[in-house]
Amino acid sequence: MSPPVAPPDWSRWLVPPAALSVHLSIGQAYAWSVFKPPLESALGLSGTQSALPFQLAIVMLGLSAAFGGTLVERNGPRWAMTVALVCFSSGFLISALGAAVEQYWLIVLGYGFVGGIGLGIGYISPVSTLIKWFPDRPGMATGIAIMGFGGGALIASPWSAQMLESFGSDSSGIALAFLVHGLSYAVFMTLGVLLVRVPRGERPVTGGPSAVEGVQVSARSAVRTPQFWCLWVVLCMNVTAGIGILEKAAPMIKDFFADTSTPVSASAAAGFVALLSAANMAGRIGWSSTSDLIGRKNVYRVYLGVGALMYALIALIGDSSKPLFVLCALVILSFYGGGFATIPAYLKDLFGAYQVGAIHGRLLTAWSTAGVLGPLIVNWIADRQEEAGRHGSSLYTLSLFIMIGLLAVGFVANELVRPVHARHHIPAQREAADAERQQPESAA
Amino acid sequence: MPNDSSPSPQPDRRPLIAFAWLWVGAPLAYGLYELVQKATQLFTG
Repeated sequence: MSPPVAPPDWSRWLVPPAALSVHLSIGQAYAWSVFKPPLESALGLSGTQSALPFQLAIVMLGLSAAFGGTLVERNGPRWAMTVALVCFSSGFLISALGAAVEQYWLIVLGYGFVGGIGLGIGYISPVSTLIKWFPDRPGMATGIAIMGFGGGALIASPWSAQMLESFGSDSSGIALAFLVHGLSYAVFMTLGVLLVRVPRGERPVTGGPSAVEGVQVSARSAVRTPQFWCLWVVLCMNVTAGIGILEKAAPMIKDFFADTSTPVSASAAAGFVALLSAANMAGRIGWSSTSDLIGRKNVYRVYLGVGALMYALIALIGDSSKPLFVLCALVILSFYGGGFATIPAYLKDLFGAYQVGAIHGRLLTAWSTAGVLGPLIVNWIADRQEEAGRHGSSLYTLSLFIMIGLLAVGFVANELVRPVHARHHIPAQREAADAERQQPESAA
Repeated sequence: MPNDSSPSPQPDRRPLIAFAWLWVGAPLAYGLYELVQKATQLFTG
């Protein structure tokens, strides 16, 4: 499939909704927890077993984004969005069959394996195209799309819950819910497939910058540069720190204020978690757009430096004031979202737009690593502290200081980012290849 | 006499832009509404 080139009068404002239709759909992954209790009771599963489809989907997201990135660059965004649509929807349809015949392995295979490939290819599918359409505001453009991934869970969570309530939580009700999800997401994502176009020229904005001017580095060369690995560490540390709060948000706010005159109820804690999701989403579009004005390196200094300060405030005086605790957590989560959304524009600044989608795909392995690291650190330490007889805010003090340390490591990695050496640039590589070709000729 | 060399009129993309943004904006607005409903529990719950 050749990339669909936009006609001369095509508006670039049609590309963000195309990207959003994919990201709002695949963002459903974060609402998997809605299906866990009904699956556990209908199929007799443990909590660990019912988490398997989600875990496999996230692993497949990382793998398919890392290994499918070059294919996405070669075949274009329409091909990628079609693959994402087919895999993500088929995943639900296979899961529907699995629930109907009460074969759980089919749900793991469908949602986790097949659907997970859709997640990875869908996540990176619009990145490179958006950067080419918005060379003047790459942070804002990719921020819109990646905000959609956060928004997808906001939509799916109440929608799926209402569907299970209507269809019933037995295996046939779950099967019907999976079927409706698969068909609905296929229709919704079709808009993206039909609308997405690559820009005709190098300069889609009259008088604006070109997306393919300046430094251009291939994905293969990019992973051999220290800059790529510095950004890998930056993303991994920022995401680990964010997950540290997100993973334990509800028990954390209850424990922090358990011994005070104003303890936090379960419903208030649920409200706190919802507010964190809003901050995560707002950070994606807000901070990423800000990076267009203040620069990518500076915005990561804010995420990592101010983020560490917010963690220190929570650790030291968080239990003295509920508004202060909530405010600090909201800022941290906005930085968490911002870190995700700004990274494609940072990559574009360093490596150019040439294969930025493929480079972004490879960098997402940092997300997979952080997804394991963050919950592991916070849960393990909280369990040990509880065993040691600690309670209240002291359950989390050590975890919070570890998060500050991780953010400091990320801060140093960001400071080490320098422009990519000329030997990695595309023309330099071509010259080297030309020289190699000429050598045997001249020797002959 | 009609001028054959005049360019054909460009289609107006604004209705398509409005439709596309509505397509993605409507479910997002639903999600945000549900989120706000839940988030207010922090102050009332």
